[in-house]
Amino acid sequence: MSSLILIILFAALGILLGYVAIRFKVEGDPLVDKIDAVLPQTQCGQCNFPGCRPYAQAIANGEADINQCPPGGEAGIAALADLLGVDPKPLNEENGVEKATMVAVIDEETCIGCKLCIQACPVDAILGAPKHMHTVIEAECTGCELCLPPCPVECITMEPVTQTLNLWQWDKPDASPQKKDAP
Amino acid sequence: MKLWRFNGGLPSLAEHKNESVHLPIETAPVPKQLIYPLGQHIGSPAKPLVKVGDKVLRGQKIANAQGAISAPIHAGSSGTVVSIADHLIPHPSGFSAPSITIQTDGQDNSIEFKPQPDFRQLPATELVQLIRDAGLVGLGGAAFPTAVKLNTQNKVTPIDTLILNGAECEPYISCDDRLLKERAHHVVEGIEILLYITGAKRAILAVEDNIPDTFTSIQQAVAQNGNGAICAVQIPTIYPTGGEKQLIQTLTGKEVPSGNIPADIGIVSTNVGTVYAVQQAIIEGKPLTSRIITVTGEGVKKPHNLEVRIGTPINALIDVCQGYTKHADRLIMGGPMMGFALLNDEIPIVKATNCILVASQQEVITEKQAMPCIRCGLCASACPVSLMPQQLYWYSQSDQLEKAEKLNLFDCIECGCCDVVCPSHIPLVQHFRYAKSALKVQKHEKHLSNIARERFEAREKRIAREKAERAERARKKKAALQKKPAKEEIEAAVSRSKAKKTPLEEKD
Repeated sequence: MSSLILIILFAALGILLGYVAIRFKVEGDPLVDKIDAVLPQTQCGQCNFPGCRPYAQAIANGEADINQCPPGGEAGIAALADLLGVDPKPLNEENGVEKATMVAVIDEETCIGCKLCIQACPVDAILGAPKHMHTVIEAECTGCELCLPPCPVECITMEPVTQTLNLWQWDKPDASPQKKDAP
Repeated sequence: MKLWRFNGGLPSLAEHKNESVHLPIETAPVPKQLIYPLGQHIGSPAKPLVKVGDKVLRGQKIANAQGAISAPIHAGSSGTVVSIADHLIPHPSGFSAPSITIQTDGQDNSIEFKPQPDFRQLPATELVQLIRDAGLVGLGGAAFPTAVKLNTQNKVTPIDTLILNGAECEPYISCDDRLLKERAHHVVEGIEILLYITGAKRAILAVEDNIPDTFTSIQQAVAQNGNGAICAVQIPTIYPTGGEKQLIQTLTGKEVPSGNIPADIGIVSTNVGTVYAVQQAIIEGKPLTSRIITVTGEGVKKPHNLEVRIGTPINALIDVCQGYTKHADRLIMGGPMMGFALLNDEIPIVKATNCILVASQQEVITEKQAMPCIRCGLCASACPVSLMPQQLYWYSQSDQLEKAEKLNLFDCIECGCCDVVCPSHIPLVQHFRYAKSALKVQKHEKHLSNIARERFEAREKRIAREKAERAERARKKKAALQKKPAKEEIEAAVSRSKAKKTPLEEKD
């Protein structure tokens, strides 16, 4: 008798679970979105994937390691390690080194209007027309440097982002003597 | 009048007012140069209206407000615009920012002012516009455009109480005290204008109980004026009772909720210096070109209060105070608790400057070696905002900034009470300033990366769409070719050519 009740119960629960799996199916992979949100969105391709989202996908699939993103740097790796519950590791030097964010600047005198950099820019931050001078929209540039190699006249340089008052940071006070105390 | 008590604070902080408070306000002479940073208020920087080489008069608008939250700037004396370029600004960063520099001609010729002694003839909106045109900003230190604060038309809660902040709790500073002592009737007149504009039922002018003779002169001015809505109140001297939210709590018992402004609970609060400027702007028609500041500390020979033209370089004021003493060690703008150090004395006075403290080595809070936090909780009981500085410190120094933000880091008013009581001499406010600015930068970076993601995804979509369109075109072409069977067409062509050829052959 009791086994019959169990069988009926299991069957009912099985049907319920099956229904729920179809009714509340999650579109897309939420893990990829979460990883993508941590990545810096420079879209530079230094991780050997064509953009941040493909890299996020690769991490989620277990095809890539978490230490392949130079623009994210140590902080980015720590965030990924935290998210995925793995140990942080140093940045893979094959992918590049961490450096301050820069913006691309086109020397408008030298530019010949070949459109090659426009095609290379992953975030459409370069504006221009064939045989007319091109320019970088500074606010949209991620500093990925992908526009540098295609330029036939080498008129693009990377320059440091101008510091503004609004985004000025106070120095972090030296807290070294406090290393041993606990919360 | 019933008073309330905010959490913590420092009731026995050394006041150091005696150094500067005894001498009357002296009007500083016209300096050789006046320097006006374009962004000396909260909001967008002003936009220059003059070019290099232009002659200007005292009171002439040289830069206009740009956008809703902004304020114009007026020349403090007559002269010639000699440059519009970057100049060192009074800011902890030591940055330079676009500024207008005027070489004064010593004539001090002014434009014609338009006094409005019968301000009640004008509607409130017009008075607010006059205040905006006069370039008024909060003179207590925040420099928030006064017209924006007074523009209560779009606000939901009607303004019930006007609070005039004369509680000068920061040590060393005595400019509001001197102003109230010497020009109380002007301030009371200014209060009437503000009452008329905001429609508030009552106005409370609050001063600390450490200045009894000033309080007497205020009471006389209020009694002479006879407006029953205005009352003067003495409140206990507890640092930082002059903080906006702390003063509101002391006087009304109401707390301004986190992230809100006083207007949300029906209160408008202004510094008494601003009220004086309102009176000058409306009754006398004079735009904001000067203010009263305290020059004090062991580093100057004659510490006292000065009425100075905004834009005056600090070194010109030191000359008025008979120069530096040999103890002069550090130049601080603002008081010792909340002020910041300046790089040099060529930096100009701006609208928000209420004090120049030329501190000696003893006066600067000695930078004792910080020791580990022992979690005694003294900072939490001293915090006037009821935060937990020990916990905020822990998260700030370990860069767990989101957690610090969750503990309401942005409600910290950086008053420095926790620094003073900390037995381990931890520079807590320094940590909080760092954490706040780092959080701001992080948020900005997050914003930029969101934009980059959107643009990247839009580009991917566009490329995919274009590829699909190309493929579609190629497919259509192929299909079109397949539809007309090629064989038939070729055969038809062959037969046509044959038909043409045969008659020719026959002719041959």
